[in-house]
Amino acid sequence: MITPAETVTLALGVPLLGFVLVAMSGRIPNLRETFTLLTAVATFALVASLYPAVMRGEEVRVALFEVMPGVPLAFRVEPLGMVYALVATLLWIPNSVYSIGYMRGNNEKHQTRFYSCFPLAIASAVGIAFADNVFTMFVFYETLTLSTFPLVTHKGSTDAVRSGRVYLGILLTTSVAFQLFAVMWIAVLAQQGAASGIEFTEGGVFAAALASDAVSADIVGLLFFLYIYGIGKAALMPVHRWLPAAMVAPTPVSAFLHAVAVVKAGVFCVVKVTVYVFGLGTLNRYGLGEWLLYVSGFTIVAASLIAAFQDNLKKRLAYSTISQLSYVVMAAALFTPLGVLAATFHIVAHAFGKITLFFAAGSVYTAAHKTQVSQLNGIGRRMPATMAAFTVGALSMIGVPPLVGFVSKWWLINSIMERGTLTGVDFSEVFVLLVIAASTLLNASYFLPIVYRAFFKPLSDEDMKHPHGEAPMAIVYALSFTAALTVLFFFWHRPALDLAELVRRAAL
Amino acid sequence: MLEHLRTQLPALIVVTPLTMGLIVALIGRRQIGWYIAMATTAGVFAMTLQLLMDVLNHGERSLTYLMGNWPVPYGIAYKADPLSASVMLIVAAMAAVITFYARRSVASEVPVGKLHYFWGLWLFCITGLLGITITGDAFNLYVLLEISSLSTYTLVALGKERNRRALTSAINYLLLGTMGACFYLVGVAYLYMATGSLNIPDIAERLQPIYASWGTDAPLYQKTVIAGFAMMAVGLSLKLALFPLHGWLPNAYTYAPSAVSALLASTATKVGAYAFMRVIFTLVGVGFAFGRLHTDIALMACSGAAIIVGSWMAIRQVNVKKLLAYSSIAQIGYIALGFALANRDGMTASVIHLINHALTKGGMFLALGMVMYRLGGTRLSDLRGLGRKMPLTMAAFTAGGLGLIGVPLTSGFVSKWYLVSGCLEGGRYEMAAVVLVGSLLALIYVWRVVETIYFGKRDEEVQVREAPWTMLVPTLLLIGASLYFGINASHTAYIAQAAADYLLGAAR
Repeated sequence: MITPAETVTLALGVPLLGFVLVAMSGRIPNLRETFTLLTAVATFALVASLYPAVMRGEEVRVALFEVMPGVPLAFRVEPLGMVYALVATLLWIPNSVYSIGYMRGNNEKHQTRFYSCFPLAIASAVGIAFADNVFTMFVFYETLTLSTFPLVTHKGSTDAVRSGRVYLGILLTTSVAFQLFAVMWIAVLAQQGAASGIEFTEGGVFAAALASDAVSADIVGLLFFLYIYGIGKAALMPVHRWLPAAMVAPTPVSAFLHAVAVVKAGVFCVVKVTVYVFGLGTLNRYGLGEWLLYVSGFTIVAASLIAAFQDNLKKRLAYSTISQLSYVVMAAALFTPLGVLAATFHIVAHAFGKITLFFAAGSVYTAAHKTQVSQLNGIGRRMPATMAAFTVGALSMIGVPPLVGFVSKWWLINSIMERGTLTGVDFSEVFVLLVIAASTLLNASYFLPIVYRAFFKPLSDEDMKHPHGEAPMAIVYALSFTAALTVLFFFWHRPALDLAELVRRAAL
Repeated sequence: MLEHLRTQLPALIVVTPLTMGLIVALIGRRQIGWYIAMATTAGVFAMTLQLLMDVLNHGERSLTYLMGNWPVPYGIAYKADPLSASVMLIVAAMAAVITFYARRSVASEVPVGKLHYFWGLWLFCITGLLGITITGDAFNLYVLLEISSLSTYTLVALGKERNRRALTSAINYLLLGTMGACFYLVGVAYLYMATGSLNIPDIAERLQPIYASWGTDAPLYQKTVIAGFAMMAVGLSLKLALFPLHGWLPNAYTYAPSAVSALLASTATKVGAYAFMRVIFTLVGVGFAFGRLHTDIALMACSGAAIIVGSWMAIRQVNVKKLLAYSSIAQIGYIALGFALANRDGMTASVIHLINHALTKGGMFLALGMVMYRLGGTRLSDLRGLGRKMPLTMAAFTAGGLGLIGVPLTSGFVSKWYLVSGCLEGGRYEMAAVVLVGSLLALIYVWRVVETIYFGKRDEEVQVREAPWTMLVPTLLLIGASLYFGINASHTAYIAQAAADYLLGAAR
């Protein structure tokens, strides 16, 4: 019987083993893909097997080794990390199935390199999710960036290289200049006794030091700023440019970036440091992060507006992601326990909807070689499954019941109410409500026309000359599965909500 | 017999390569040169390893060896302590590894008729570097400095078969290097005038009453000592290539034979930095150098400028060897910044970066040497698309590059961690920012090369094969070690912290 602590080590080790196996079996594609799928299922099973322990409130800690004296690579399983790890490892399974259909359907080159990068990225994601201290989180945050870089530049064209430069440039610049700076600063403050340590702590690491004036609130506020902008993966404006640039990647990679690992890592880190490094109490008491509410609100509306003007389908989806990510950040920035619950839940909700949308976009590209919204007239008749799934994803983004997007919007609005009762209603609550209203309308305005075109407009004469059907079965299976999850999760989201409830309690 | 030899180790480490160098040059049989050099460097490596263990097992953690049994301060004393023994171990290890690598590389770049001179000078150069490290005598240090410098000028000039500019580079280096050595010598003379001694601990002791007299009505030798230290500082800064006295370095590194560039980059400037630390902390004392003269401010300004300007110049290079040379100027800035901070973390960063950068940059120069060996050039255009032709060489170069940027889990990250901690501890926030900006500039110059290696289009007509294993193995060994010390820095951090404590202890 393996203990939960060993399971954590295995959940990191299995994807690394998968990487080796995939890289070595490049000559036999079927074996290679078998390894990918086995790794994906095994990793998810390992992570999921930790669920009971987390619900029982067991303390699961692993310290692998000390990189530098006093700075260990250490892991601890807590509910918030569990949510992210579950989402990432679960969605990697359909993502892998989809990749196989897409890569074979489009005869892409260098498939071994392609498949071997995914397990590395998933290992990084698991590392981020279970990181016990700010150093460990930073290390895996960086390895996630580096391991996804070859995926983004997969095509190797001039365009891909240029986009890769933007991707790496923005993500590494923000993480080195801001996040690393904050990490080191916290480590030094911990040495000087002005922070309780570099470990993630309920209530934050500064609570005691602030109370005894060992550290000034201004420094903590500055650290908060450094951290939020040091997490470029959360795509908060103005550091969002890397996400549309990364659209040059093959669609499975886009889905992976947008729903499985990368941007989810960003918002997860934002919630994690808000709750476990700074602490809601601290942030509220000293009024430190109010600006974040407005920046994320602005990002939501601005990104939605930009999305409405994109004709390229994947670009439109990318800006939609930027907007949706800021929902998570905004929910966290309410600095109320219920807000943290809403943020946690939206990480899951958005993942299911967005992966479906990207799968559909890639499916259209594979079957019909179309990339623009304006080319999609009547395509719903030829690809009913794909476009039905797209519709499900789109409606979930808008927040229509019975889809999971509605549930997270419900909790978000609840948390605004909670904030109103806790701190008294002022402009900020009104602002957040207005942002949600505006963004819902905008979401509807840029998603529904696509659905309308696909199902209600006739095929053009040009299209009539090029008949095509649905995409390969692997693709259709994958997107049907995630679309089904999006619906199912509206009715049965108990596990995620239970975990989110634990996060809420930790944040109290 | 063996026990007796063991007590002679400090002398043997210097005398063996000196004697063997003479023998190689005199025998003149071209083939035998490398074998003797290899055997000698391997032997010296074993001896330094034994010496370090002896030092660490010794009660006082330092061994003093009297040349010819002349007592201090009349004779020359060699002094092995944790710091000097570790620096010697690095020099000897790098020398042995690079010598193993150099056989084919040197044979292809240096005319056959001059091979025996090459190997003779090679051993002299190593003699000088080891001697500088172990000697406890200020004048003897000058002599050994000249031994290493004079042999280096000639080694650089031997690159002339490939490019005539090696000659002008060597002359340039000779002029500046000689000036530096003269400055140092004059400085020693001034201190001798004030104290009447050449032994470093003895001078330090005799300086105390002189310092004490400065507050009184009859200050002794005030101007003499200040001028003496200033001369030594400038002389050593030239040797160490600290900005703005770095002018000789880029061309010397670029046009020297590949193996020589690697040896210089990984040992010569490191030994210069070590000598500088010794002069500040054990000779004149930190209270005088930093407390009274505020040399630390000047050093920080110079090292900050070195980091920014060096990295900036590196970005602009098209010859990759020159790019690495400018990068070295920036890295020297990190080392100098570390000891200018004069706190524990800063000093640790300085010593640990001495080790880490020797491994990383040495490995990268070796990787470029293999490109030179196969393609006859190291311009950016030569590296285009080489990632598929020489995968191991290019992987080694890329891994080294990640180390220069300071990506986590490379040794460069560990150096930067301590350096930024040191800056924050000392309240030098602006220097912490400079270090991080330096990392970002490193990202730009490294990534230009990495993109060329992996995305550049190669003329498929020209056949290029992977380098021979005799060159690959040493390169991978160095890069592998640099990665290992990034994942587990406990050994290097232990040595560096011991050295830092030793120097800071001596300063008090």
